[in-house]
Amino acid sequence: MVAVGHRPEHRHAAAPPAPRRPRGGRLLAGLRRNRLAYLLLLPALALELLIHLVPMVTGIAVSFTQLTQFFIRRWSQAPDAGFDNYRVALDVNAPAGRALLHSFWVTCQFTVLAVGLSWLLGVSAAILMQDSFRGRGLLRTLFLVPYALPVYTAVIAWSFMFQRDNGLVNHVLVDQLHLTTDRPFWLLGGNSFAALLTVVVWRSWPFAFLALMAGLQNIPGELYEAAALDGAGVWQQIRRITMPSLRPVNQVLVLVLFLWTFNDFNTPYVLFGSSAPPDADLISIHIYQSSFVTWNFGVGSAMSVLLLAFLLLVTAGYLVLTSRRRTAHD
Amino acid sequence: MTDRRTAASSRSFRWTRRIGLTLLTLFTVTPLYVMVTSSVKPLQDVQSAFRWLPSRLTLRPYLDIWRTVPLARYFVNSAVVSVSATVLSVLVAVFAAYAISRYRFPGRRLFSVTVLSTQMFPGILFLLPLFLIFVSIGNSTGVILTGSRLGLILTYLTFSLPFSIWMLVGYFDGIPRDLDEAAKVDGAGPLGALFRVVIPAAVPGIVAVAVYAFMTAWGEVLFASVLTTNDTRTLAVGLRGYAAQVDVFWNQVMAASLVVSVPVVAGFLLLQRHLVAGLTAGATK
Repeated sequence: MVAVGHRPEHRHAAAPPAPRRPRGGRLLAGLRRNRLAYLLLLPALALELLIHLVPMVTGIAVSFTQLTQFFIRRWSQAPDAGFDNYRVALDVNAPAGRALLHSFWVTCQFTVLAVGLSWLLGVSAAILMQDSFRGRGLLRTLFLVPYALPVYTAVIAWSFMFQRDNGLVNHVLVDQLHLTTDRPFWLLGGNSFAALLTVVVWRSWPFAFLALMAGLQNIPGELYEAAALDGAGVWQQIRRITMPSLRPVNQVLVLVLFLWTFNDFNTPYVLFGSSAPPDADLISIHIYQSSFVTWNFGVGSAMSVLLLAFLLLVTAGYLVLTSRRRTAHD
Repeated sequence: MTDRRTAASSRSFRWTRRIGLTLLTLFTVTPLYVMVTSSVKPLQDVQSAFRWLPSRLTLRPYLDIWRTVPLARYFVNSAVVSVSATVLSVLVAVFAAYAISRYRFPGRRLFSVTVLSTQMFPGILFLLPLFLIFVSIGNSTGVILTGSRLGLILTYLTFSLPFSIWMLVGYFDGIPRDLDEAAKVDGAGPLGALFRVVIPAAVPGIVAVAVYAFMTAWGEVLFASVLTTNDTRTLAVGLRGYAAQVDVFWNQVMAASLVVSVPVVAGFLLLQRHLVAGLTAGATK
């Protein structure tokens, strides 16, 4: 594991102290000395600006216009809308606002469950595979396959399994286990939530597993030996040593899983197409439908901006909360 | 791993391990089993009730799928887009990572933080504005970015860029500066040091970054669905479109999915040591 051990502080320590010079001269000299650095950075900077930053600013601008398909070729001339799009998106008494709120609520429930389950499976597998046993390497490789598969092939395989008449799921539940008599639909109606959850967890738990495995390797073995000498059983060792040691990994892992799941578009899109059933109407797909299927780009952009604001708020809150708890523990 | 005989010898732990890992294996393997077995089933097997074993083995789905959907065209489009995006992304990332790793300049932190934070924003946020900007660029300069492979290449290369830069900075930092200095003493400039010393020493990291970039481009669905036309459709959009139809030849779709997945999965598993180190570096840092 080459990249794991690095910590940013080491880099700074290696930097040579800058020689003192008069202020204006120093800036110029700095520019000249770092000319090559800026040049090397230029392609990356230009691309980030073109694909990420300028579109983000444009998106915020578009959210204040009435952009429809009539203006799509000359979008800078779309009429001004003020805060109308935001009013439409947030008015819970009108259909558009109510649908957005519903989708937001579904996404929140979905994300909590998906992140929780992925983490639970990941941490279980990581702890169970902490000691070496025969077949451990093979199993580890196998568990990585869902993560390595292209999203769409994995989801297409699942959508075949969830087919009502010729899918594996109904065959097992109805024909083999006789749990129900009539074959349920999985990709329509209420069951679509469970179907989507299964697919997302199947794809994302291996990542949790990987991150937690790496975290476990940093725990010194002497800790366990000392605990064993003190008479602590396996489960006590897990609770007292393993879990506290994993806290820093968990802090980042949960945030990353949260952002991925909350923003996930690919899985529901491949599973359901551009209009998901209401019970599995995740926010990304809802916004996609509001913009590209109904051609109402102004409202779609306003919804995207609201989503971004929410994510920033949650991320900032989460970071403040977890780092405060961490300093309290130290 | 240090000896933990006390823990491992606990009976309840070993049984939990056996049962837990068996269940996880079943969960992981079932869809893979369905993919593989369905791809060698005759059509009637996948149109009637599901069966665990094929009634007879056939390789016809692997031949027929090329005629059912223009799979060859999708393949070429995906390959051109993914390979170009990968090569360019690695090149741009190597330069940027070298600058960040070896120079202390104003704006260095700002750049790193900004680039990394773009990773967390929802794709749906960029999609429409990016489309609009591509339209404007097309109108004003004549460079067609919507519906063309070029637009997709630029987009995908940027998607893998933040992570690639981050991972390569880690690799480059691990290469002693003395090596650069030695190369400079021998008369090489900073770029000479990069190409003669740093890049050769960071080959595992660069390969890992390339695989990551390729996987990102090969599997992307959202932007491809908006930025491509019939002629430039990638596998992701083409196969999804076919699988979403009413009457799907599932055996052929599974065959196609396998053909499409094998190169990526094989690459990932072969390089898993390097990739895993990089992929989890963020979470353990």
